[in-house]
Amino acid sequence: MNVQVRDTRTTRSEAASRLAIADCDIHPAHKSKRDLDPYLEQRWIDELRTFGPRRRVGVQSGPAYPKSQPNAARRDAFPEDGNAPGSDLDFMRRQLLDPYNIQLGVLNATGENGQHFQNRDLGNAHCRATNHWQIETFTKNEPRLKASLVVPYEDTQAGVAEIEHWAGDPNFVQIILQSRSADPLGNRRYWPIYEAAAAAGLPVGVHAFGFGGHPPTGSGWASYYIEDMVGHAQSCQGLLISMLMEGVFERIPKMKLVLIEAGFGWLPPLAWRLDKLWKRLRAETPHLKRLPSEYIRDHVWLTTQPMEEPEPREHVLDTFDWVGWDRMLFATDYPHWDFDDPDQALQVRVDEPRRRAFFYGNAAALYGVAAVA
Amino acid sequence: MSKHVVASVAEVPPGSRKLVNVKGRPIAIFNIDGAYYGLLNRCPHQGGSLVHGVLTGLVESDEPGKYCYSREGEILRCPWHGWEFDVKTGQSYCEPDKIKVKNYPVEVSPGRRVVEGPYIAETVPVTVEEEYVVVEA
Amino acid sequence: MTTTETGGIDCDIHPAVPSLKSLLPYLPRHWADLLVQRGMHELDSAAYPINSPLTARPDWRPDAGKPGADLARLREDALDPFGTRIAICNCLYGVQLLFSEDMAAAYARAVNDWVRAEWLDREPRLRASIVVPPQNPHLAAEEIERCAADPRFVQVLMLVMDEMPLGRRHYWPIYETAARLGLPVGIHAGSAYRHPVTTVGWPTYYTEDYAAQATAFQSQLMSLICEGVFNKFPDLTVVLLESGVTWLPAHMWRLSKYWRGLRMEIPWVDRSPFDIVRSNVRLSLQPFDGPPDAAQLERIFEHLQSDELLLFSTDYPHWQFDGLDAIPPGLPSGLARKIMIDNPLRTYTRLKETVT
Repeated sequence: MNVQVRDTRTTRSEAASRLAIADCDIHPAHKSKRDLDPYLEQRWIDELRTFGPRRRVGVQSGPAYPKSQPNAARRDAFPEDGNAPGSDLDFMRRQLLDPYNIQLGVLNATGENGQHFQNRDLGNAHCRATNHWQIETFTKNEPRLKASLVVPYEDTQAGVAEIEHWAGDPNFVQIILQSRSADPLGNRRYWPIYEAAAAAGLPVGVHAFGFGGHPPTGSGWASYYIEDMVGHAQSCQGLLISMLMEGVFERIPKMKLVLIEAGFGWLPPLAWRLDKLWKRLRAETPHLKRLPSEYIRDHVWLTTQPMEEPEPREHVLDTFDWVGWDRMLFATDYPHWDFDDPDQALQVRVDEPRRRAFFYGNAAALYGVAAVA
Repeated sequence: MSKHVVASVAEVPPGSRKLVNVKGRPIAIFNIDGAYYGLLNRCPHQGGSLVHGVLTGLVESDEPGKYCYSREGEILRCPWHGWEFDVKTGQSYCEPDKIKVKNYPVEVSPGRRVVEGPYIAETVPVTVEEEYVVVEA
Repeated sequence: MTTTETGGIDCDIHPAVPSLKSLLPYLPRHWADLLVQRGMHELDSAAYPINSPLTARPDWRPDAGKPGADLARLREDALDPFGTRIAICNCLYGVQLLFSEDMAAAYARAVNDWVRAEWLDREPRLRASIVVPPQNPHLAAEEIERCAADPRFVQVLMLVMDEMPLGRRHYWPIYETAARLGLPVGIHAGSAYRHPVTTVGWPTYYTEDYAAQATAFQSQLMSLICEGVFNKFPDLTVVLLESGVTWLPAHMWRLSKYWRGLRMEIPWVDRSPFDIVRSNVRLSLQPFDGPPDAAQLERIFEHLQSDELLLFSTDYPHWQFDGLDAIPPGLPSGLARKIMIDNPLRTYTRLKETVT
């Protein structure tokens, strides 16, 4: 036959001549339920198998709201062995890292990682195991990948201990928490964790999702998955308001906050609202010395996925100007279905210095990774 | 526009699909109940590979709580963000006036005609008894 | 920017119930008796602590009594200085906070009768929203029918946070009745506090509570759209009251983006959420969380892509602006008149009957 059946997963323009990319949100997955066993004591293996994870949700396993696609993943991201998207490093290299010239990929191991187990001992052991697993399975064998330290943040002591255990380990570029927490993340019970992260020189990443047990709206449980997904913007606003008003950035000047997978279009109007409000109500928060927008500018970064898609697309340029181009960290969210393709996600014209900062420079600076040519 | 033999009919039976390359363009061929359809294998949203998408039916509703399911197997959802396309026309379902994926006319031609006729068939070992899937692009 | 237009329509003012006892003349004997016998507490919502700076602008705060409780002050502070032709009363006394459906319905009726007697009957420039008990949407629908007989009731009032997301079918008797009677549904900042105000738990500070109200508007607007309220009731107008406004474009970008891929879950949403908002949703002006640079305001209006969304309001007596600067500085020209007069008249069709 004259036809070439091309596998578009591996055919891309020459990777080496492309702009280097930092992908600040990649999701590694387990190949099987046994993946963490090498890093767990038998009693935790048995406990999980017998009684389950005990999250603040009714289903024994899986998400509260059914996803729109299996594993919430791109349908073309299942490796040849049929295991979960994100579970095979080699496939990840062929489908993501190599073709797009990703020179820095930040892993966020947000699934079944112990952060939300009500049984805190079980959960803490799983966080530790997940951090070992990330190194052994991914970062040890792939210099382009770095990991986020999975921290059991609902147990303050254990969270601090986990950070102190790994502090200085070059596999980790930040800690991660999840946005839908039991209390808003500015609450003082979480402060020791931020202090430990700052002492270790690690930014605090907060990724969308979590099982804090609260509904995704202040008015109860929404019906639809679309509301759950769009709702991450509302959740992220709630936690940022909390961090600002509780004075986390005032108390911990070295704190760096990375908001992951919650969008970013909501940030400028929120900052304007908070500045106005704080000026009016500042008697309530005397510990704050600066405008909320000033703390945001100095302490907060945001990943770009899911990219905002106004019509016309150029409206997003206003948002980037308001947020600050230097705060943006490109991310694909591979292998999830709402993945942003590095070639297609930014559908507006941007000058070269901004492109480089957007796609690589900001992340390299934040995570202390060497710049590339 | 010219015609290209891309597969034999036996290679793309009903319910199946095949990714082919015509003049450098990746085209996804679908066989729906014996009829062939071709779509450019790039979702107009962010370029997702449509041949990896799922074929489902169309869910419509004129009132919350009512669901009308039709055209099973004729709606292609992009494997990435799930945008729905009528596989026969390339029209998106959400905003048919604004969004469409390029579709290609596809026909079946018997081998004899392909070899003898005005169509361009590039170095294809053609068996006269067989029928071929031909894309106009 | 001081408004130079007069004859505007103020779509959000807050007369205050001086005390629970003020409602005694408007409660049936049984409920009046219980009020006293049980030593019931005031129903002032935690959404507006009485002494908080936001709750009353200093020059609008009386020396004694609750802000917004005095009609003479309302005339002096809110109506006369702005040349306001009509103002719509949204009474925020917290009947939504009660748990008993019947009690809530009785108090809602009492508040509406109190508003009619103490405010509408005494000041011809005033109109009102019908306070309803969301605890029981059927009783709420009955109250709408009852009050709608008086053409000075021009809207139905709900709070932006209740027991369930407001788009849920549970609340549809309210929307069905309002749409049938030609009344917009006004959704106002505040909460029944059945859930934490944020989606991430109970905040520490009042500042957080009020800031988070904007996120509640985002959730509820999404719920109304996704549950198909505007598909089922295409003639329904929803007015978002005291929302902050500028969160709207980014929220619509996100919702529209996800709708394109998740349409199959909500197949009755047959056009872009942003289009639905432009046809069925309006927003009162204050507070307007605008950019510090007035030149950027034009960008926000570009993003909104509609001149018809905003309805003038002072949010009296809440402290959202100083002096007469109710209109944000840098507003695109020609818009002030639309905001102050044209858009409210088009939204509140009952006003035409009573406006000379």
